[in-house]
Amino acid sequence: MLASKSISHSQVVIQRLVSRVTSHAVLIFASIIIGLPFFWMISTSFKSDVEVGLFPPVWIPAELLWENYARVWTAAPFEMFYINSVITTLAGLILEVIIGAMSAYAFARIEFPHRDALFLVVLATMMIPGEMALVPNYLTLRNLGWINTYQGIVIPYVSSAFGCFLLRQAFLSIPQDLFDAARMDGAGHLRMLVGIALPMVRPVVATFALFLFIAKWNAYLWPLIVTNTWNMRTLPIGLMMVREAEGTLGWQHVMAASLLVLLPVLVVFFLAQRQIIEGIARGAVKG
Amino acid sequence: MGKNPFAKPASQPPFLHQMLGLTRYHRVERLAFLALIAPNFILFGVFTFWPLLYNLYLSFTKWNMIVPNPTWIGLDNYAAMIQDPIFWRVLWNTIYLATGSITIRLVMALALALVLNQKLAGRDVYRAIIFSPTFTTGAAIALVWAWIFHKDLGLLRLPLSWLGLPSPNWLADVNWTIPALIIVTIWRGLGYDMVIFLAGLQGIPAELYEAARVDGAGRWALFRHITLPLLSPITFFLIVTSIIGALQVFDIVAVMTQGGPMNSSKVYVYYVYENAFKFFKVGYAAALSMVLFLITLAITIFQTRLSRRWVHY
Repeated sequence: MLASKSISHSQVVIQRLVSRVTSHAVLIFASIIIGLPFFWMISTSFKSDVEVGLFPPVWIPAELLWENYARVWTAAPFEMFYINSVITTLAGLILEVIIGAMSAYAFARIEFPHRDALFLVVLATMMIPGEMALVPNYLTLRNLGWINTYQGIVIPYVSSAFGCFLLRQAFLSIPQDLFDAARMDGAGHLRMLVGIALPMVRPVVATFALFLFIAKWNAYLWPLIVTNTWNMRTLPIGLMMVREAEGTLGWQHVMAASLLVLLPVLVVFFLAQRQIIEGIARGAVKG
Repeated sequence: MGKNPFAKPASQPPFLHQMLGLTRYHRVERLAFLALIAPNFILFGVFTFWPLLYNLYLSFTKWNMIVPNPTWIGLDNYAAMIQDPIFWRVLWNTIYLATGSITIRLVMALALALVLNQKLAGRDVYRAIIFSPTFTTGAAIALVWAWIFHKDLGLLRLPLSWLGLPSPNWLADVNWTIPALIIVTIWRGLGYDMVIFLAGLQGIPAELYEAARVDGAGRWALFRHITLPLLSPITFFLIVTSIIGALQVFDIVAVMTQGGPMNSSKVYVYYVYENAFKFFKVGYAAALSMVLFLITLAITIFQTRLSRRWVHY
């Protein structure tokens, strides 16, 4: 009786071990497959012309050729692209957070007739695909004289339905007493927004800002349409210039350029991956 | 006389009347509300709602953006769409890409989520790595994959050569461009789907499994009768968002194939872009955008209708 019990116990232990090992094997395999393109990009970016032309491929180049990066940096106005990307990303991010927070605060904290109906208008904009507005927005900007300008890249995309929705939820969770106390001290809405509401929901604001950073850094279609000289191009579009120079530049240079563009988003992602992934998971399960 | 609104204060619009009748405190409150929502609403008006109307108007016109005014041509653009073989090709490409990508992705993502949904060392690391392609810059990723798909020197030729298979000319062969795009979109979207499934799995109460186990249910029965049905709203959500996402694919196509060869990889938004900004057929591009909007709207309405029936609390 005792013996059979201990056998079944060790069977369970073995079963658990097998299942654990298989789980790790599956996950390691998946991670390698997913990570391989990144590795391939980095590895290629350091190769010599000869190594790039070898098959089967060389995994790790014999010598790390940093000059590939220098070459790409001078082959296209990368400095300009970087400056343009940083300016448009940060300006867009800051404006969208401010605009989103302002409207979210109003919807969460100030009484107004038909407030909920107005909020539905905000939500309705999420159903209109941005691609829909390409031609009309191009024409609007042409009338404003904003083609090929920073404000042309930034302004059409700083209205915020998602941010308004997200921050409104967060503001609603703040206890009313805090606002009442501030009100007694004579604070106006702007001071309550900046002094109480925003600091109380800092993690939500941070997650929102992270998403905006990534989305705006990666933006392709709109900056492509609204800019028409190389000195106004952002990084993702500037990459085309490297691609078009394929005759003179090799794949090692194209990969170096790709990494230069990807690096900021990859760094942001890995620094804040927990926050980003949990933000995604929470949003989806609720919505 | 009696019809003159200026003669009778009572016939002022009720809102204004209320405003005037309010205490100072309430007036200030309402003004604050309006001031705070103004930037967002002005931008929505100019860059979201106005484009919708303007686009509708443009879709009934012929215009190249150079002559001063569009010419009204009624429904001609919509009629032209029905007869445009490239439009149907584009629609087919988009559906092919969407279904190919979504089905494979959902199965793999669910499998990975099930494996990850247990106490494992390094769980967060796996999750982060598999999720990492989700937010990468499309243009850069497209170049990396163009190099992976290289017919002679690409990384993908390696496993094929182990199996003794020739490498297809991925990006230059009309039969292989969409499969190539499917591979890229799976790589990019798998982690996202997995994270959403994982969140769904963690939301299933453990008591349900325990109760079923007491009744003698095996692993497969638990999966089939508890996990799958309870994940159905999430699966549905992923299918809908992926379809809408596939309708909006642009950057990887623009960089990898430019829709070619012979329109074999031309997807919806790319065709809109081409008509508007390469061929300067603004009216036709506007009509295409309207149809895209209607498709998206139909899917969204379908989703809210169905999910009401699907979601069990």
